[in-house]
Amino acid sequence: MTTLFEILSALCLAGGGFFCIVGGIGLLRMPDFYTRVHAASLTETLGAGLILLGLMLHEGFTLVTVKLLMIGLLIFFASPTASHALTRAALLRGLKPLLDGPAENK
Amino acid sequence: MLAAAAIALLVTILLALARAALGPSVFDRLQAANTVGTCAMLILALLGFLGGRPEFLDLAIVYGLLNVIGVIAVLKFFNRGNLGDS
Repeated sequence: MTTLFEILSALCLAGGGFFCIVGGIGLLRMPDFYTRVHAASLTETLGAGLILLGLMLHEGFTLVTVKLLMIGLLIFFASPTASHALTRAALLRGLKPLLDGPAENK
Repeated sequence: MLAAAAIALLVTILLALARAALGPSVFDRLQAANTVGTCAMLILALLGFLGGRPEFLDLAIVYGLLNVIGVIAVLKFFNRGNLGDS
């Protein structure tokens, strides 16, 4: 029974790490600020979620798992708020989204 | 596997730092700072497990809170020119 949890935890951790890297690459390759916010939120939701899930499976049912749940709740509530505030401030500040084709806006 | 996830997070931090250096607008840099903060929080949790010290998770929670407050404070300063103590 425990080996099943070990395998699942290893898989979740590997998946979380993979999605974090995918989000990081998206942060670099996306042409425009607003698409980069989308890519960065990928690391915060899926990457962090899978890594925390992997740690919870690795730990079993103890107080540490409750702390991991608290971190999950914090990310669940805090990161969308921060991304929303960031994107709204960018829009109010007049940062035009890239609507027509991949023009180089460096 | 914990170490592999930690290394993946370090790579993500490097990519975010590259975006922070390249980012044309200040909001790209803020987004990169936010990503680095989240990844640092996760690495703290992983190190807590690798080092066998469960109190690192409390550090991760506090670090996550400070990271969000920092991003919102910089945003407010950037938009209004002061932090409301005019």
